Amino acid sequence: MPDNAILAVEDVSLSFGGLAALSGVSFEVAPRTIHALIGPNGAGKTSLLNCFNHFYTPTAGRIRFEGRDITALAPHRIAALGIARTFQNIELFRGMTVLDNIKLGRHLHMGVGPLAALAYWGRARREEIRHRRFIEERVIDLLELEDIRDQVVGALPYGLQKRVELGRALAMEPKLLLLDEPVSGMNVEETQFLVRYVLDIREVWDVTILLIEHDMRVVMDISDRVTVMDFGRIIADGPPAAVQHDPGVVTAYLGEPGRREATA
Amino acid sequence: MALPRPCGDFKRSWEADEAVFPTAFSRGALAAFLLLLGLAPLAAGDFWLYLLNLCGIALVGAQGLNILTGFTGQISLGHGAFVGVGGYTVGILATRLNVNPVVALLAAGVAAALVGLLFGLPSLRIKGFYLAMATLAAQFILEYLFMRAAPLTGGAQGLFVERPALAGLAIDSDAKFFYLIMTVAALATAGARNLLRTDVGRCFVAIRDRDIAAELIGVNLFAYKLLAFALSSFFAGLAGGLLAYYVQAINPQGFTVLLSVDYLAMIIIGGLGSVLGATFGAVFITLLPELLKLAIDAVGGWLPIENIFPALREIIFGLLIVLFLLREPEGLAKLWWDVKAYWKLWPFAY
Repeated sequence: MPDNAILAVEDVSLSFGGLAALSGVSFEVAPRTIHALIGPNGAGKTSLLNCFNHFYTPTAGRIRFEGRDITALAPHRIAALGIARTFQNIELFRGMTVLDNIKLGRHLHMGVGPLAALAYWGRARREEIRHRRFIEERVIDLLELEDIRDQVVGALPYGLQKRVELGRALAMEPKLLLLDEPVSGMNVEETQFLVRYVLDIREVWDVTILLIEHDMRVVMDISDRVTVMDFGRIIADGPPAAVQHDPGVVTAYLGEPGRREATA
Repeated sequence: MALPRPCGDFKRSWEADEAVFPTAFSRGALAAFLLLLGLAPLAAGDFWLYLLNLCGIALVGAQGLNILTGFTGQISLGHGAFVGVGGYTVGILATRLNVNPVVALLAAGVAAALVGLLFGLPSLRIKGFYLAMATLAAQFILEYLFMRAAPLTGGAQGLFVERPALAGLAIDSDAKFFYLIMTVAALATAGARNLLRTDVGRCFVAIRDRDIAAELIGVNLFAYKLLAFALSSFFAGLAGGLLAYYVQAINPQGFTVLLSVDYLAMIIIGGLGSVLGATFGAVFITLLPELLKLAIDAVGGWLPIENIFPALREIIFGLLIVLFLLREPEGLAKLWWDVKAYWKLWPFAY
């Protein structure tokens, strides 16, 4: 597996001052899988994701994407290699419409210069329409955003905003999609919808999904592989069924055994 | 600002849905406006034509600042000096080298864009008030250069600029200038609007709204901030060049920080980030002092306030702006949309 892993995390450590957020984290994500990253609050999951985007710089170790070391690349270059991301606390452009937000996801696939843009003629115009069609057919249709495409994002309910953010990430046509708590704060119905979208995406697009999630039913249902973190370390890594019964994982989530029989 | 769509406004292609003027009525209204504007010199006297020309020049500059401050969210207090760079470029090229006016105007834009690019460099590291201070420094440095580089700029006296001639036709009257200025203003406005509906403009707005998210979707912040400075200053340079040809005399007093503040006032009162707003703002800020002057002159006949005329005008000017911003913080553009939305729903505005 080491050779065909799409993402390889090799011995990554991160500390803020004297506080170690990550210590010696290593794991791999196989292509075209749904890989879940779980762990109690403060385990370092989001910090690790921030290392992938180079919002944080690891103090040691390296991160390889498709074999290439991306640890020191600028965030926009990492995006250009094919890594897209959604956030736990939505990071959309709130003043723009849904359509413009998703169009921005196409940025890396657009190449019009400023002068052509001023004139909106020839290539600029054709490109704009071509991408509009792509977005409508591949993203808006898949995520069922037709009726809100002209609405301003800031005015939409939370669940829809999460879906729009997923749409923007998808429009980038990423090879690796990082989802940071995609169903947090959602009710049962919204959660079911979003999980269906994630499965649809894996079905239709050639994409690997790495998700952080606290909803264990979702994680156990859809993941091919689960990596568990606690206090900045990996404590388990394997298929969902195996991880579920790992004594270390049970301890991390429920405390020392003995006080209560735990079947997660 | 999602306006309700008119009844029966169905689209059959994405292209039609992307149009800036989506309905036959809106296209007709635009054509009618341009036609009326084109006929204005027949009806307007010299004074009004002069004011319209100043509005047109201000509009070019305001659209420029709107790209930088309105779209990209990079506040600039140096816009007046960038206008000055354009003015002096035309001044030098026209008087010393007798360059063709179209070339001189483009050169004015390019020169200002290069200077803007240079002073935009700090924007990668600093934001908000700190960037405002850095651009204010640009303003003072350039003002100093206008004053001190006397062999080139004529120092405190400035330069006298000959009126231009295009293809043998001397542009020597207000009416002829009107068509030149309005052509450039219309192109600048259309350019700004086009920018906003392509990837470049969307990236600008993305940087303003959430720079971290912009980086995440692959926007090179540094490159796009510099591009915003360059484009914005290009428009400023064009405005300065037109001004130099039109008023025929340029000196450092014309491009002080007060001009920068005027431009900021235009786009704020018009509505930040709105192309229509910058248009309204440019006209409003240009006309307001003149209209106040007319009003006070009219009243002055009956009231013994002759000595405090100038001060009174400034006070009323400031007061009107403050009151206006209290009433409609999102600017004239918002007011316009509200009126439009009202009539679209009338008489069924439930």
